[in-house]
Formats: sequence, C-alpha cells, structure tokens
Amino acid sequence: CVCVTVSHSQITRLYSRFHSLDKGENGALSREDFQRIPELAINPLGDRIINAFFPEGEDQVNFRGFMRTLAHFRPVEDNEKNKVLTPGEPLNSRTNKLLFAFRLYDLDRDDKISRDELLQVLRMMVGVNISDEQLGSIADRTIQEADTNGDMCISFNEFTKVLEKVDVEQKMSIRFLH
Amino acid sequence: MGPFISPFSNLLCMLLGISFTLWVTLLLVFIIVPAIFGLSFGIRGLYMKTLLKVFKVSWKIILFHFRMVLIYLCFFVLHLFTGYYSIIAKEPTSLEDELKEIRRNGSSRELDEFEMSDTFYFCRRGIESIVDDEVTKCFSAEELESWNLLTRSNYNFQHISTRLTVLWGFGVIIRYGFLLPLRLTLAITGISLLVVFTTIIGLLPNGRLKNFLSETVHLMCYRICVRALTAIITYHHSENKPKNGGICVANHTSPIDVIILASDGCYAMVGQIHGGLMGLIQRSMVKACPHIWFERLEVKDRHLVAKRLSDHVKDKSKLPILIFPEGTCINNTSVMMFKKGSFEIGSTVYPVAIKYDPRFGDAFWNSSKFGMVNYLLRMMSSWAIVCSVWYLPPMSRQEDEDAVQFANRVKGAIARQGGLVDLLWDGGLKRGKVKDAFKEEQQKIYSKILVGTQADRSRS
Repeated sequence: CVCVTVSHSQITRLYSRFHSLDKGENGALSREDFQRIPELAINPLGDRIINAFFPEGEDQVNFRGFMRTLAHFRPVEDNEKNKVLTPGEPLNSRTNKLLFAFRLYDLDRDDKISRDELLQVLRMMVGVNISDEQLGSIADRTIQEADTNGDMCISFNEFTKVLEKVDVEQKMSIRFLH
Repeated sequence: MGPFISPFSNLLCMLLGISFTLWVTLLLVFIIVPAIFGLSFGIRGLYMKTLLKVFKVSWKIILFHFRMVLIYLCFFVLHLFTGYYSIIAKEPTSLEDELKEIRRNGSSRELDEFEMSDTFYFCRRGIESIVDDEVTKCFSAEELESWNLLTRSNYNFQHISTRLTVLWGFGVIIRYGFLLPLRLTLAITGISLLVVFTTIIGLLPNGRLKNFLSETVHLMCYRICVRALTAIITYHHSENKPKNGGICVANHTSPIDVIILASDGCYAMVGQIHGGLMGLIQRSMVKACPHIWFERLEVKDRHLVAKRLSDHVKDKSKLPILIFPEGTCINNTSVMMFKKGSFEIGSTVYPVAIKYDPRFGDAFWNSSKFGMVNYLLRMMSSWAIVCSVWYLPPMSRQEDEDAVQFANRVKGAIARQGGLVDLLWDGGLKRGKVKDAFKEEQQKIYSKILVGTQADRSRS
C-alpha cells in the first residue's frame, strides 16, 4: 500500500478535526459536513475539492479516506527527494500531487480533460464575470498549447508536460506544525 | 414494635431539624446577607486559590505518569502565542501574488492569461480550510492547557493513575454532593425572591420610590444568583459604567453574561418572550421596571424593533439597554460580526468586554449540543465561573461612518480589550449557510486578474 509518514501528534489532531466535522457522529463525513465550513463554501472550487475526498459512487468518507486525501498535501521533505523509491510512490510525491490537480479538472474521471470539462472548471472559477465566448477562446487556447497528440483533449502526460517548470511541491503543500 | 421505633424516629427528626436549621443559618449568614448588601467575606477568593493549587498537583501527577503529554505541551506553547490551537501555518498571500509566483517559474506569460496551474491556489486554500478554519472552532468549547479534574474538558486523564482517579473521585463527590445542592438552593432562593418582590413592587405607583426599590431588588437577586454559580468576577474601569439613555453592548458567550453584568448595574433587558419559567420571570420583571420584551412574531419586524429601542433610549429616566449584537453564543476565543441594528439608533454606545477563565469551568453554551437545563446543571457542577469584565469608554457614531463601520469599530475595541480574535464572519453561520455573495466576490477577484486589463482596453 502507499503510505506517507505522518507524526502521531498530527494524526491525533486531524482525528480531532475529523470528529468535530462529523456532526452526525457516525464515523464518516458526508458532503454536507464539508460544506458547513464557511471558508470552503465560498471557495470557487469548493465542490471539486470536496469531491476529491469521495471515491467513485460513494457519499461517505471515513477517517482513513480523509487522511489519504490530505496526505497528498504533506510537504515533500528534502531527505525524501533523494531516497530510493520503494515500490509504490508516496502519496505526496510530485506525480501524485499533479494527479490530484488533474482530477480536479477531469469531471467524469475518464483520464482526459475535454474542452467541456475545462470550460466547466473555468466557469466555476470566474462566475458570471466573463462571457461564454471569451471563456471559450481561453479554453481553446489552453488545449491547443497543451495537446500534443491532436485528440483535442489533455491527457495526464500532456498535463504534466505543461506544468513541468512549476514548483508543484511547494504550491500544493500545506505546512503542518508539529 | 411501636415503642422501640419511636425514640429512634424522634432522634432522627431532631437530627434532621438541627441540620436543616444549621444549613439555613449558614446560608443566610455567609451568602444571602452579604449578597443583599453587596459585601464579601473573601471566601470565594480563598476557594479559587485552593483550587489552583489542587490543579497544579493533579497536573504534576499527569506529567509524571504520561510522557506523551509532552507533545501536548508543544500545543500549549502554541496556544499561548496564537490564542487557540492551530495545526497548520497558513500562508497569508493573496491570489494575485501567488499566481505571479507560480508563473514566474512556469512560463514567461503575463498575469492576464489563464494557466492550468491557477487552480493550485484555490486547491490549497480549500484543503487548508478543511484542516483548520477560523469559524467552526468558534462554535465549540475551547481546549485547555492543563486538566481541571472535569471529564467534560476533552481528555480522559482520570484513568492514568490511581492517585489521579482518587483526586478526580473526590472532585466528583465535592461537586455533585456539596456544591450542586448548595447552588441549587441559592438559585431557587434568588429566582423566587426576584419573582415575588418584583410582583409586589409592580403594585406601587410609578415614581422614584418604585425605581429605587426595583433597582435594589434586581441587584440583590442577581447577586444571589452570582453566588449560586460561584462566579468570581473582577470588574475593571467601573467609571465607564453605562448611564441612562445609552446602549450597552457586550460579547456573548452564554446566558450567564446577563447575570454577570446585571449584578453590578441596572439594565433594561431586550429579548423574546419565552414560555414556562423563563416567561414567568420575564413577565414579573417587567412589572417593576420597563424591560423590552418582544413577541416571537415581532422579532422579525426590524422597524418595530428599532422603533421600540429608540423610544426607550430617548426617555432619559429609563435604564440603559443591554444588547448582545453577535446574536448567538460564541466560545469566548473570538468576537464575531456585530449586527448593525443596535448601532443605527444613534445613542451613545457603552462597550463591555467579558472574558471567562476556562480553567475553572467552561462557560460557553453550545446550544446545538446541550439544552438550557442541561447547561445550567453543568455550570452549577463546575468548580467556579471566573471572569473579568472591562467597561470601555463610551463611543458614538462619527459623521463619516455608517452603522456597519461603527459596529466594526466597537467590535475591534472589545476584542482588543478582552484579548479575543476579531473576526468578520457572521455568528449566524453556527446554524445557517454562508451567503453566495462571498463566493461571487472571490470569483470576481479572479476574473479581474484574468481579463481585467483586456476589459479596460476594450472600454477605452
């Protein structure tokens, strides 16, 4: 199994947080439990982020699933970058962080970002402030630049290529206090 | 059989009679009479010092036995610096700065074009708020540094060692066997005296005698209630106490706030009429002096509410109004948005900051978890309620600020004095959803970054 080392105190604290979010006290979180967090509810991509916690077809996430998803955001320690990778990369590797971001766009989970999906995510981020035509042209330009095999969709490899210079490890990590 | 039982039952009756008389005498001499005259023997101060010593001892036992607690110590240091627990360090960068930084490394493109990495900012912020957000923790009880021998304070320390269990057991016996009945007796005495005397005073004609008597009776009964909770209150800056024709605003942690403030000064209360015992108390209070009680339906009518409040305030012979503008109970680590209604009326505002010491008993009323009766029982079986009250200098609305800005200014002053975090979020989020307008604002900011320059170009 893939695992990430998290300290004992962090687990305790996160379990306490999981418990306080779980208003129904049934050991699992539903989408409504997440939406009760005001800062998440006003986040334009809030719904997509919440969706990332729930596996396909399920609407309850237990503590294990909660920790698995959060583990993607653990910072990459310097000494881990140089270690020989054990079979199965840790959840917070660069590839897995990019996979998390990719899945934010890939609404139907078919491992491709189509023009429609890109448009939908763009619409979430800008609201009503930009016209359909402008948004359409932004989407077209983005796909044109990323697409290398001409199928008018962005696959995970093309996605990785576009973002190869971006410091993903730092931008998709949250700093835990010990 | 008869003659054998009767001397025994006589003895029993005598013993009961003596202990009852003793009990009532002690109560009268040490608690009720000082309450009537506003004096103090210093018993509660001594009690507080003893309790602190006991807590120190129990904490030493825990440390000795449970080394993992050293981890908690790190949290306590953090607690001292941040005021409440944080598990992550949040980056306070803005959307614009962060996008610029991402692009600096990524591509040579300008800020006003979309990049697939733009989602990273929103993603990270979202995950940060899932792990730790500043609003939901205001609606649950504050976590403590050391254990105060109450199992309700989040830890299961009583199973660590026998010594500690014994100490905790003693604590339970003292609290439930001695303190709780004592406090219940006092509470019942206080409330019944209040109802009876205010009804009697209500029969008098309006005038100075009635006002004087009503104030005396209110103060006396609230002081008895204060002792019923073993509340040890320190009042600061009493020279700023609210005067007639003003509005007193304070941060709200529990219904006990009312008792704490009203035992030091006379106020006109504002609120909704309830049924049952509460309604009985409200109805008899209003006979002695004018309080402002609303029917349930009238509460929704903002104009009616504002009119009644301003009518009351204009009459200088009436007492200052006591209002809690947050609208709901917050857990005493922060101050949430003040509703602007009371700040539109235009009279002088007297801010008051109330800060409870959570070491002796958590005063926060989590109304979604406990009902009123359950809450009061918990209060009365805690060690004590220790709090500080600061009377801040009066404030008035300046000419160039509107009600919302004035409300925020007052809120800031109260937060600073009480050492609380000043939040802009609405206390109504305890029960309701956040408004969509906030999300739309976020979307607007991002859209501006994306196409702002283009739109300007097309407009010119």
